[in-house]
Amino acid sequence: MVLAGLSSNLLYTAFVLYLFATFFFGGAIRDKRSQSNVSGWAKLGFILTIVGFITHTGYFIIRWIAGGHAPVSNLFEFIVFFSMMLVGAFILLYSIYRISILGLFAMPIAILIIAYASMFPREISPLIPALQSDWLQIHVTTAALGEAILSISFVAGLIYLIKAIDQTKAGKKTFWLEFILYSLISVIAFVLVITSFNVLGYEAKFSYVDQSGIQTEETYRLPALIGPNQGQLLTEEQMEPIVDMPAAINARKLNTLLWSLSTGILLYGLSRLIFRKRLGAALKPVVHNVNLDLVDEISYRSVLIGFPVFTLGALVFAMIWAQVAWTRFWGWDPKEVWALITFLFYAAFLHLRLSKGWHGEKSAWLAVIGFAIIMFNLVVVNLVIAGLHSYA
Amino acid sequence: MEHIKCGCGHINPHGTVLCESCGRGLTRGAEEKKILDMRYEGSARRSQTYNSTIVDKIWNFFSSVKVGVWLILITLIVSSFGTILPQEFYIPNNADPSVYYEKTYGIFGKFYYITGLYDLYNSFWFILLIAAIGVSLVICSLDRVIPLYRALKNQRVDRHESFLKKQRLFAEMDSDSKESDIQLVRERLRKQRYSIREENGALLAEKGRFSRWGPYVNHIGLIIFLIGSMLHSVEGLYVDELLWIRQGETLQIPGTKGEYYLKNEKFILENYEEEGNAGVFDEALERVGTVAKNYQTDAILYRNENNELPGAQPQLTELAKDDIQVNEPMKFDQFSIYQTSYRQDEMKAMYFALTNKATGEELGEVKIDLFKQEKSYELENGYIVELLGYYPDFEGFDKGGEPTSKSPLPNNPAFLFNMISPAKPDGEVSFVQIQNTMEPFGENMYKMAFKKLETRDVSALTIRKDLTIPLLGLGGVIFMIGVIQGSYWNHRRIWIREKSSRLYVAGHTNKNWYGLKKELDLVLKGTSILNPEDQVEKEKK
Ligand code: HEM
Repeated sequence: MVLAGLSSNLLYTAFVLYLFATFFFGGAIRDKRSQSNVSGWAKLGFILTIVGFITHTGYFIIRWIAGGHAPVSNLFEFIVFFSMMLVGAFILLYSIYRISILGLFAMPIAILIIAYASMFPREISPLIPALQSDWLQIHVTTAALGEAILSISFVAGLIYLIKAIDQTKAGKKTFWLEFILYSLISVIAFVLVITSFNVLGYEAKFSYVDQSGIQTEETYRLPALIGPNQGQLLTEEQMEPIVDMPAAINARKLNTLLWSLSTGILLYGLSRLIFRKRLGAALKPVVHNVNLDLVDEISYRSVLIGFPVFTLGALVFAMIWAQVAWTRFWGWDPKEVWALITFLFYAAFLHLRLSKGWHGEKSAWLAVIGFAIIMFNLVVVNLVIAGLHSYA
Repeated sequence: MEHIKCGCGHINPHGTVLCESCGRGLTRGAEEKKILDMRYEGSARRSQTYNSTIVDKIWNFFSSVKVGVWLILITLIVSSFGTILPQEFYIPNNADPSVYYEKTYGIFGKFYYITGLYDLYNSFWFILLIAAIGVSLVICSLDRVIPLYRALKNQRVDRHESFLKKQRLFAEMDSDSKESDIQLVRERLRKQRYSIREENGALLAEKGRFSRWGPYVNHIGLIIFLIGSMLHSVEGLYVDELLWIRQGETLQIPGTKGEYYLKNEKFILENYEEEGNAGVFDEALERVGTVAKNYQTDAILYRNENNELPGAQPQLTELAKDDIQVNEPMKFDQFSIYQTSYRQDEMKAMYFALTNKATGEELGEVKIDLFKQEKSYELENGYIVELLGYYPDFEGFDKGGEPTSKSPLPNNPAFLFNMISPAKPDGEVSFVQIQNTMEPFGENMYKMAFKKLETRDVSALTIRKDLTIPLLGLGGVIFMIGVIQGSYWNHRRIWIREKSSRLYVAGHTNKNWYGLKKELDLVLKGTSILNPEDQVEKEKK
């Protein structure tokens, strides 16, 4: 238990260090004197990132020792590990290309992901028999590393789009760019909403009828906008839901989603009021000095580096383990299908780039879609689509 | 078939765009272009050359990357539809899909069933799609790999100036007094592990050519994998059976043609336990409840020595003893037996007491084995209980008033007894379930009072044989080698050529231009040779 506490503190430290690193990478962008060479600001930012990464690794190792198995066995642990790999992938690509703008965008995303992870149950959980295998570590870590490297491609793609998209006229492109930024803001909103109501200690118990027609209970930690199937509010003086869902839909999760998205809209609207222009336009000065060809190259390079790692971890190792644990190497379980979809998508990406000459902006959009697929597999498939992999 | 003779004397196959040897443009288009498309070195590809017969048309269709990408994207999108609701093999296995989907998911479930999405991945269309990708892979690779091989093998060191000028990285300058610089560059190139060839005052430094074969290697791996996965349907290569085996039972192992038998000696289930303050898992266990730690079947494997003799009783000899756990299958003769699932406390036997309803006096106990019943059970003092009917999975009465059973499994056993006693020598009929007794022919004197239940655990084992695995493994390994080869190495070439007092420097790579530029910086640093400019970037400005 002492170890578990220590490991949480290390994670917290890493989180704070990453915040500072972002700040320094931001300073490097502002530092007009040294545009070409790596400025002192960027150096500090990078050092902080590395120290953060070491503490992050410390969290991982100590939690491993405390639990007796690699901490990649529930949603919290997996997402935290994913963020750790994201920072690792950033360190790798930064040491090749050394541009601080990459840090300014990659680090906040890593921070956001850690914050997101900590909204899920954080205790160390025991392993069910199917997970008691060395392949758990091998498969999950390689798959997460692959996904993380591929995500850097998204970071570079996003930078490309912010710089390349013409903000003087509104259109499809500006709309979708705003949509990406709004999605990121919604994650912040999710964290804020959950944390606020947790602090307030909100609780509302419902009894409802589940899919098999059995009377069950469920506790909401957010005010219920959407109630469960034939739900009866059991806690007094809490909010009554506006509508009830049919049994096939998990109303509590949908309710959380609705809260995050609407709070996201609120935050987004607020930022529009502050900047008095589109967020994409507001971010444009930040990427002023960016060399488009170079970020394009980084985006492509991350796919090239990440694709083999992802394939090895998420398909090859996954199949080997599935053969041992579930008796078949492939079973069309939703998580498996989505790993295959990710694989096919990046294969299509590489072919379009190589043979159809999809460079620059087109390639950047593809990188965004690829990241959306990875996130879908990480979040939606785990939480919504039930299957063998479901952690929820 | 006519050939094209280039100015340099090399004879190229029909359809060549850039001379395989010196690199001069052979078509009007290639001559006029500012920057060359070097992807296949301008060599003659079948798909770009012929388009008259139906074979040509099919070939051209499948060799197109555009078609390939469409096939991949369609497969990707269609695959995602199969994850909206559980597939047929994940719904409870006694449920009828034609009812289950509609009942559980409403109108959308019905749609899902009718359109066949509930069993998407085994559907004809899906398999056809995968097969089309396979065909496309074979044809597109053949279309490109041979010409590419010819072109890379035949390339000359002293490429024509027009070829160098059209490279993305290019510079030209006076060639005066550059000798010592070139010597320095040559050494530096060697240090960067380029292999260098020189002819007629021209230098070609090349490295990583093998990476060009990466895509073809990975495509071969994919094809092997696809072939392997289609072999599942070939008789004898693949066995997938489920065996429910109760504690104490010895059963024939399905899929082994009667050769092997297995005994379930003992089924064990262990759960995690809370350990008080010190336990790391306590918090988690508190939240989710019971978590299984291990389940296993202690099993004995037998061979039936009489398997070859038709009609003979099985004669079993013990071969092996093993505890089969999740992740630790038992292996024998190409088969593996996996611990898949279990059901606890299946009903095995029921005990009833023949009881006088008025006095409550018990006249004897009857044990009914739910798997092996007797016709009648004799008690002391002339009391007899006859079993007129047994309904292991009772579901109700049919139109004629007869009780019916849903399945032979003892999920909800019901009995029709005839109780014979000295007072009622013809017997009294009673219909008995655990909670409920009916007396169809009027009020009885006696009843069968339920006393207790005997249960045992049932273990579910999967019997698997898959002889396609080595082929799949081979495909996977080749695929990985190919992808790594093509992704982590690049094919880089640097040309330096002196001609008529001019010095030309050009560079080409199939990917990672940034890397090549940095390498050129390093190699040319401090020399009087100009660093080649990126003509793509220059054009943009
Ligand atoms: C799921 C299926 C496929 C996978 C995973 C796959 C994978 C790959 C990979 C990783 C590369 C190397 C890309 C790079 O280095 O940037 C590649 C190249 C290529 N693939 Fe595929 N591929 C698939 C299907 C196809 C199909 C159906 C076609 C045919 C139309 C095709 C045609 C090509 C071509 C022409 C190249 C470039 C070869 C070269 O550069 O010489 N691929 N493929």
